[in-house]
Amino acid sequence: MQITLQNFTKKFDDVTVIENMNLEIKDGEMLALLGPSGCGKSTTLFAICGIHRVNGGKILFGDQDVSDLPSQKRNVGVVFQSYALYPHMNAYENIAFPLKVRKDKPADIKRQVHEIAKLTHIEELLERKPGQLSGGQQQRVALARALIRKPDVLLLDEPLANLDAKLRLEMRSEIRRIQLETGITAILVTHDQVEAMSMCDRIALMHDGKIVQLDKPSEMYNNPANKFVADFLGNPPITFLDAEHKDKTLLLPNGHSIASPNLNAAVKKVQVGIRPECFGPQFGMGVKGVVKFIEKQGREELFDIQLTDGSILRSIQASGSDLEVGADIDWGLSLDDLLFFDMQGERL
Amino acid sequence: MSHNFRHWPIITILTIVSLPLIIMFAFQIIDTFTTHPIDSMIPNKVTFEQFSFLWDEAETGRANIWQVTLNTFIFATTTAVVVCTVSMTTAYALSRLNFPGRRYFLGGLIILHAFPTVTLIIAIFLILQIIGLYDTLLGVIMVKAALELPFGIWIMKGFYDNVPWEIEMAGVQDGASRFTVWWKLVLPQVQPGIFALMIFSFLSGWSEFLLPQVLAPGNDAQVLSTYMTALIADDTKIDFALFKAVGMFYALPVIAIYLIFQKKLMNIYGGGTKG
Repeated sequence: MQITLQNFTKKFDDVTVIENMNLEIKDGEMLALLGPSGCGKSTTLFAICGIHRVNGGKILFGDQDVSDLPSQKRNVGVVFQSYALYPHMNAYENIAFPLKVRKDKPADIKRQVHEIAKLTHIEELLERKPGQLSGGQQQRVALARALIRKPDVLLLDEPLANLDAKLRLEMRSEIRRIQLETGITAILVTHDQVEAMSMCDRIALMHDGKIVQLDKPSEMYNNPANKFVADFLGNPPITFLDAEHKDKTLLLPNGHSIASPNLNAAVKKVQVGIRPECFGPQFGMGVKGVVKFIEKQGREELFDIQLTDGSILRSIQASGSDLEVGADIDWGLSLDDLLFFDMQGERL
Repeated sequence: MSHNFRHWPIITILTIVSLPLIIMFAFQIIDTFTTHPIDSMIPNKVTFEQFSFLWDEAETGRANIWQVTLNTFIFATTTAVVVCTVSMTTAYALSRLNFPGRRYFLGGLIILHAFPTVTLIIAIFLILQIIGLYDTLLGVIMVKAALELPFGIWIMKGFYDNVPWEIEMAGVQDGASRFTVWWKLVLPQVQPGIFALMIFSFLSGWSEFLLPQVLAPGNDAQVLSTYMTALIADDTKIDFALFKAVGMFYALPVIAIYLIFQKKLMNIYGGGTKG
């Protein structure tokens, strides 16, 4: 079902956390609400599920205005960060709880629980209490419980934050698989860009209660709307150099100059965003510096390069170089992939 | 505790310190089952004579022991049930709902909890007289329950505070009403607390002396503690053996409860949700 936020505003006492937010989530889409802590993404989620009252604007499920409906009357499934399984009930009872509350027939409940358990691969675990389940299994039970009522929208609040790294990878694809198999509209709240980029159809990047950019993951990475987006997405993160713009060339602080035929001549100062994969020996020469730090990540190596003027650039390359800390290098930039911003951080 | 740790100094110290207590307990038990010559403390004969109060007809002017035991039981049980039911609901409201005056209510609880009962006794006495509940079991039960409540509410609030909000949010999201959420999802989490509070208030009621003594001195509403005072109040012929035997009888349920439920009772100090 299509979910629409129209001029959604949320205040806590006198503090306005979110003002006039507009967002449309398409039917069957998985959308990520991504942003740093305190950007209002969880607040938005809790407003959609009805735990928070809306202070202004509307929330629509399809054509129905649900802004004033209590949580019980909205057909929403939520997976909480802590899973919030009921500790005194076993997995079966946990999953069956929403149907029991709805007073479905016992035979119906049994059939539906087994169906959803099959989908989430927990058929053998139904007798166990949450305390006897691992983190990943608890997560599957929580998903099953959220999905059993066939909700209009599935809300996931940092669902992977409590899992260890390997399980996180597994559950990432599992959640996406289940979402695609059920065709349910889903909203994922996360501060982890990798989760957002790998699991979702679109990302809404939030900052200070506003949506800064709403786009497909690849678009957002390649075409950030401003410096905040460029800085937030990408791991290892992008680095910025301040450059002087004159006669269609950019003069970098270390004296190196690059052509910039498409920039507005009126802009005198430019921040150049250089992602780690856009700087290295494969792009020629011209940028001289000293290796300050090497982080070996197995398949790749991450270099911190100090340029002659003292500024630092990052570069990521396939493992196997014989460079050591202190070595002098002379590398080049991938000119087509550089990102330009004005001093206020807006994209040029 | 590590294996290298030497136990014996600690055990010695503990033994010396608790020796007077142990001797007292030992003589309490020995004396109730034996007789000894007047000039000696060494018993010379085993007897159950002292427990005859359990089966013999009561002396004139003295209440029947089984009636008194039943009174004590009703008094303790009803107090425990009232304290638990009221604490269960009040504490939930205090823990979760943001109603006007909540802070003053909480402050009031602490003050009431620390308030010495004796200072209230005259006022309570007058009130019971006016409403006609003086010298009735019901009157003492109401007073006792009311005085136990601040402690109960405070303890239960601690248990509720430990239940994660998200369980309630999940319940509401699953379509359950606030009442169903409380009854089916939250209460089971605080069940160890309810249980411990139940036992605690039962024991507190069982051992209560002051309130029944002042507010229900007649024979009809007598409880075991006041029955015992009555035994030694008559100073023309004090029967210490009988007094000790009744004391033994009075203490048995308490010992039994502690032995059976000691693990659950520890919950009230842990205040955890592990159950």
